[in-house]
Amino acid sequence: MWQSFISELVRTLDEILRSVARFVPRFLEMLVIVVVGWVIAFVLKTLLRSVLKIARFDKLFEHTGAPQLLRGTALPSSTELVSRFVFWVAWLGFILLGVSVLGVVGIEEHVASFFGFLPRLFAALFILFFGLLAASFFSRAALLSGVNADLPSPRLISLAVRAMIILFVGSMAFEELRISSRTVIVAFSLTFGALMLGLALAFGLGGKDLARRFLEKRFEREGPEASREREDELSPL
Amino acid sequence: MPEESILSDDFIRELMNVGEVDILVAVPSYNDGQTIGKVVQALRAGLLTYFPRARSVIINADGGSRDGTQDLVRAASISDLSVSADVHALRTLHSISTQYEGGPASGVALHTIVAAADLLQAKACAVVSPESTTIEPEWVERLLRPVFEGKDLVLPVYRRHKFDGLLIRNLVYPIARALYASKIREPYPADFAFSGSTAGQFLAQSVWAQEEGRRGTELWLTLWAVVSRLKLVQAFLGTKARLENPRSDLVNAMRETAGVLFCSMDCYASFWRSPQETLEAPCVGCQPAVSLEPLRLNRKRLHQMFVFGISELEPVFLSILSSATHNELKRLAALSEETFVYPAELWARTVYEFSAAYHKAVIGRDHIVQALVPLFRGRAYTFLTETREASAEEVENNIESLCHTFEGEKPYLVEIWDERK
Repeated sequence: MWQSFISELVRTLDEILRSVARFVPRFLEMLVIVVVGWVIAFVLKTLLRSVLKIARFDKLFEHTGAPQLLRGTALPSSTELVSRFVFWVAWLGFILLGVSVLGVVGIEEHVASFFGFLPRLFAALFILFFGLLAASFFSRAALLSGVNADLPSPRLISLAVRAMIILFVGSMAFEELRISSRTVIVAFSLTFGALMLGLALAFGLGGKDLARRFLEKRFEREGPEASREREDELSPL
Repeated sequence: MPEESILSDDFIRELMNVGEVDILVAVPSYNDGQTIGKVVQALRAGLLTYFPRARSVIINADGGSRDGTQDLVRAASISDLSVSADVHALRTLHSISTQYEGGPASGVALHTIVAAADLLQAKACAVVSPESTTIEPEWVERLLRPVFEGKDLVLPVYRRHKFDGLLIRNLVYPIARALYASKIREPYPADFAFSGSTAGQFLAQSVWAQEEGRRGTELWLTLWAVVSRLKLVQAFLGTKARLENPRSDLVNAMRETAGVLFCSMDCYASFWRSPQETLEAPCVGCQPAVSLEPLRLNRKRLHQMFVFGISELEPVFLSILSSATHNELKRLAALSEETFVYPAELWARTVYEFSAAYHKAVIGRDHIVQALVPLFRGRAYTFLTETREASAEEVENNIESLCHTFEGEKPYLVEIWDERK
């Protein structure tokens, strides 16, 4: 019996040693991949940071309203944020690649799904970036048009334009990421509907006097009295 | 592949029927039915009176009028001349009306006219605005004669109301004079003439494919002629009547003037940054150029819109202006209407900072131009206040002083042009 116990123990130890012998090279392989991955990710980050600085990415981003948002939440600049994001995505990719080398059952599936998720993540970021740019552009266009047309509360109009575009873009990005897409769509529809209803009520009820004054002014102009009172227009050219 | 032309096949056929000409007179139009008939008749009378032996053609380039403008041009072209019984045509005077593609745009009309002038090998070409209701047959001679005497470009000088052309007097003329060293009173001409060779040079420009080739093109081509040091002359045409309903869309006017001016500064930076000798542009027959009839302009509204613009556009101005200029503007906005003055120095600095921001494209360029509108209203308020009781000479002195201020502030522009904001 003792003999049998000893032989079992030796066999088990032998198997463990063999497993360790099989595992150690893979582990070393993983370590090499992770370290090389870190170096590559670091180089990528440094290169990207330099390129973004030369391209004055912060300046480009400045008008989207994002820097104010970042400063408010004590986050670094847009250039730093994008560089760090690329670093972590690249390094995480290498870490997962390294882990998959270990041959642990089930890990490969997760690694594959991570790499499958990356294109969607980049697409969502792409949508978000250009959406923020569009929000900035159109809100500024609305502000300038409002001021030059002497409309009341142009900043409010501009803010509403910005909010609607960001809301729309945000819902598109979440849809792309497939994160609670239904909830996001329902929330977007509710918010957008409520906003439109609110605006309709605000302009319909609150603006009726303004509309009356506008129409009165418009039709009064046609009368002979008004034409006598009419002021000369500015002639810029 | 044949070379692409802006001229339609039908129009080319009509031009080929005309053959080579000595003079081409063109009237761009868009819904100008009320005035164009009179203008075309005056042009016919002018051509037959002053250039009876020249082979001439009148071309109307229309942007798609719906008020029968083209029919009126054709009718005016065949109507009997009532101006003088002893005026007789020695040659056939052709008249053609064509409609260009792409909707109304003065630049496209001008492109069509220049291409037609090039095709017909015209020796002299005049463009006359259909809104020039005070036109006399003599205008044709005053515009075209200098071309036959060897000038490349003839620009107009009018007798205008002292409150007319505020953007030209407060922005375009002072900048064009300070940067391009030329005293051209109407750098954005409505009525002007040029030689056949100049038409060819105009046609070779790349501007036709750009936004400046659609609007404000006349200003662009004038500045190009100044930079190219062509032989320029200014012709006094007489009174330019104030339109009954002037185009008061200040934003579009700003795009056509400041937008084109800033764009030209970007293009010709190497030219204006180096010292230049003044380009001579003598004025033929010039007379006092300001009339003083009373006008009812709402200055109070100009002031209100300036104050409103300063408060509402703060985030936009922060991107464009230096903090010193912005703070000074905010201080002005806090003043009451009675004490408000937008000083010439500050106005010059403001405009120069806008042009540098346009050069660096700190935000969308069209947005930069639009943001200048409320500030211009403030400057217009000051100009109207300063010259309310002024005589023609005092108005002239005011404009002269503004030009000197722009010239004096030019080193500031050079300093901020390449500076990183």
